[in-house]
Amino acid sequence: MGTTTAIRTKTYVGERIRRKEDPRLITGTATYVDDIQMPGMHHASIVRSPHAAARIKGIDAKRALETPGVVAVFTGADVKEVGPVPCGASLPGLRVPQHSILARDRVYFVGHPVAVVVATDRYVARDAVDLVEVDYEPLPAVADPERALEPGAPAVHPEWPDNVAFTYHQEGGDVNKAFAGAEVVVKQRITSQRLIPTAMETRGVVADWRAGDKALTLYSSTQIPHLLRTLVAMMLGLAENRLRVVAPEVGGGFGSKLNVYAEEALMGFVAMRIGKPVKWIESRRENFAATIHGRGHVDYFELAANKDGTILGLKLKLIQDLGAYHQLLTPAIPTLSVLMIPGVYRFQNVFCDIVGVFTNCVPTDAYRGAGRPEATHGIERMVDILADELKIDAAEIRRKNFVRPDEFPFATATGLSYDSGNYAAPLDKALEIVDYNRLLEEQQQARKEGRLVGVGISTYGEICAFGPSPATPAGGWESGSVNIDPTGKVTVATGASPHGQGEETTFAQIAADELGIDIDDVVVVHGDTAIVSYGIGTFGSRATAVGGTAVYFALQELKKKIGTFGAMLLDSGDVSYRAGRCICNKTGKSVSLSEIAAASYRAMKLPPNTEPGLVSTCFWEPPNFTFPFGAHIAVTEIDRETGAVSVKRYVAVDDCGKIINPLLVDGQVHGGVVQGLGQALFEQAVYDETGQLVTGELMDYAVPKATMVPWIESSHTETPSPVNPLGVKGVGEAGTIGASPAIVNSVVDALSHLGVQHLDMPLTPERVWRTLQQHGGQA
Amino acid sequence: MKRKITLKINGKPRSDEVEPRLLLIHYLRDVLGLTGPHIGCETSLCGACTVSLDGKAVKSCALLAVQADGREVLTIEGLAANGQLHPVQQAFWDEHGLQCGFCTPGMIMASRQLLERNPNPTEAEIRHGIDGNLCRCTGYQHIVNAVKAAAAKAGA
Repeated sequence: MGTTTAIRTKTYVGERIRRKEDPRLITGTATYVDDIQMPGMHHASIVRSPHAAARIKGIDAKRALETPGVVAVFTGADVKEVGPVPCGASLPGLRVPQHSILARDRVYFVGHPVAVVVATDRYVARDAVDLVEVDYEPLPAVADPERALEPGAPAVHPEWPDNVAFTYHQEGGDVNKAFAGAEVVVKQRITSQRLIPTAMETRGVVADWRAGDKALTLYSSTQIPHLLRTLVAMMLGLAENRLRVVAPEVGGGFGSKLNVYAEEALMGFVAMRIGKPVKWIESRRENFAATIHGRGHVDYFELAANKDGTILGLKLKLIQDLGAYHQLLTPAIPTLSVLMIPGVYRFQNVFCDIVGVFTNCVPTDAYRGAGRPEATHGIERMVDILADELKIDAAEIRRKNFVRPDEFPFATATGLSYDSGNYAAPLDKALEIVDYNRLLEEQQQARKEGRLVGVGISTYGEICAFGPSPATPAGGWESGSVNIDPTGKVTVATGASPHGQGEETTFAQIAADELGIDIDDVVVVHGDTAIVSYGIGTFGSRATAVGGTAVYFALQELKKKIGTFGAMLLDSGDVSYRAGRCICNKTGKSVSLSEIAAASYRAMKLPPNTEPGLVSTCFWEPPNFTFPFGAHIAVTEIDRETGAVSVKRYVAVDDCGKIINPLLVDGQVHGGVVQGLGQALFEQAVYDETGQLVTGELMDYAVPKATMVPWIESSHTETPSPVNPLGVKGVGEAGTIGASPAIVNSVVDALSHLGVQHLDMPLTPERVWRTLQQHGGQA
Repeated sequence: MKRKITLKINGKPRSDEVEPRLLLIHYLRDVLGLTGPHIGCETSLCGACTVSLDGKAVKSCALLAVQADGREVLTIEGLAANGQLHPVQQAFWDEHGLQCGFCTPGMIMASRQLLERNPNPTEAEIRHGIDGNLCRCTGYQHIVNAVKAAAAKAGA
């Protein structure tokens, strides 16, 4: 027991702390799924449909089975007992196709799993895939969602000839009145093309069945280990407590691993059948064809306004390309677009219709931003189109329509309550950084010289920290546990399952500050259902705002107990806790956290009504979402001869609430912006009219490279969220949401004097060049 | 018919019988247990499998193990010496040049070669030097910073 008190003044929250997870990653010693080796492990490879639509007339696996090393081939007939791939979203009247883990008598998209080959060697398994003979009768297919809605289009699912999976309507205010009284109405069809998430690590599963224990362990590259456990246990008919899911090191997800995939249950099935561990690693080609895609919108917008630029109301008809099946959240994604369609603006009249359309393509689902980039792209394009129509400056029209700082919490026409905001602050800051007025003068000068220079503004708002449980499909809380060892070392376990975001560091920052200890004395664990309390996962920019808050409250509970033990040890009724010590306020005597921890476990004496040990778990249910916002400005120049767009400057001012670690926040913004910029300029999943995936490899799908992206000038404003005690909002998707409209607005601005009002993404050189030809702007 | 290969891996001699078609990346990962280099595409487009072969950064998914016969391979596991991180590794850590970490071993190997060839690269030269390596997380900016920082340290 010490009598002097060394006060720790250093705190971690708010500091640029380098990451605790990095030493293993930079030395090549981290363990991803494909790094797992087990005695007797077999390898699986999957036979996939080359057709977008076909009847399966027969499958002959004889030659594959005769190959030395092949131990089994399973087809749809073998897996009838396995439950369907689950859809967690429910909408009124939703048509849900039966989604078996292997195709039965029909295939619905290129890449549809038809059979699985299991062998002792990964090369043998892959060879034998080519020896499985599937007799297909090709059928007409449809890949374009608008084409799928036309009368006489091929039916994706014969039982629903109109290809409509659902319709959904949401409105607020009185849109008819708003439009009737409007002085101007602008209309535009805007697409958000299909994108391929392209996590650098493809999916992969290792399944290990222990028959003696009736226990299955599934190592999967997933964002949601606990939800996966519940759902795969149901699919396989296992008791949930006999299934352990481990998300080891996960090499990126971006929503594509926020899912329950056929292959995850299939590997469990295979391991149980062959009685050996089995590994399946998705090839990049499979990843492009059979892992979910994102976006896939055709949106018809109408915006009503007064001549002074005041927006009165918005109408939207949203056509969502769903693909052939519903994956975990497929039908729910466009409903998020509708929720966020008002963006950062005050107007209160909204009328939206969604048509969810089946196509012979891989399903769409959550991809970084999940519905909000589409909404933001739409509203931010429409605001620019309105500004162009009314000859009002793009910054001014936004400022005029912003929700004002004194209007928070702000009730939107779509039923949300925006928590806090000061929307002009990041815009003003971004304008100052680019020196907006001078920039506009330079643009005029450039035009005189015949150069095509554009300035694009996007002021986005987004919905994060998913979310209050009643508003989510699977519960929106998160778990956080704090466990202090007898030696005083601290382990934080989070139900959020980070996969690159850096919560091993940010949560350690929170815990170290709360306990007043060194950050190296905190270890953060996650991603294993055997060691972490049930959790929801990492997606929707929720990990810190919900998971971090759960950890925060677990720490508060623990601090109370630490104080109780401290008071007992100090024999004082008046103690306080700071800097890792419990201090008697009268005598100044103190005990350290490790002394308290030791006493709590040794339990020679216990405070009244107090159990031994220092462990606390919190399941935190958020009272609301959080609503980050920001302003991005892109300056672009177009090469008249080639149509190539070069981004001269990119300024991002993001407000994600309180910042725990500015270094990591910048990293999130950079990566997010580049994914949004990838959509704006380069990326598009292309299916041809027969449903063949044309962009089936990295050779054909343009993931941005280092030379293709600009320097991002990132800064922040900080408006704390009142929703959680940390004041954080979330930043994982902000960059992606803000970027695509900033870029497209900039390019359209560069061409606006030629009469160009809108361009759909991606703004490839070809598309821009053709536009120049059509508008007489060629070199 | 298996073939015998003899090579140096991370400074140590090694000899194995391998199938002629075995890719170098699978030899490193599955036979030798060097799982630092990763497989992101198997088509030499992503660079996650980048290792050094006789001092040159190569994509080990586009080479056969037998092509490495008689040569010297350095993987990310062999980069740190005497418990000291290589300056590029250190810089990636200091500058937050990674998020999910999957591209990182390859990215570090490519950056290392870039700095060997050009100890004081400009931003454009850095971007060009890592153009064969895809990263989906960082937007490359902190990687550029890391390479700059490693260069500055080496020059200091």
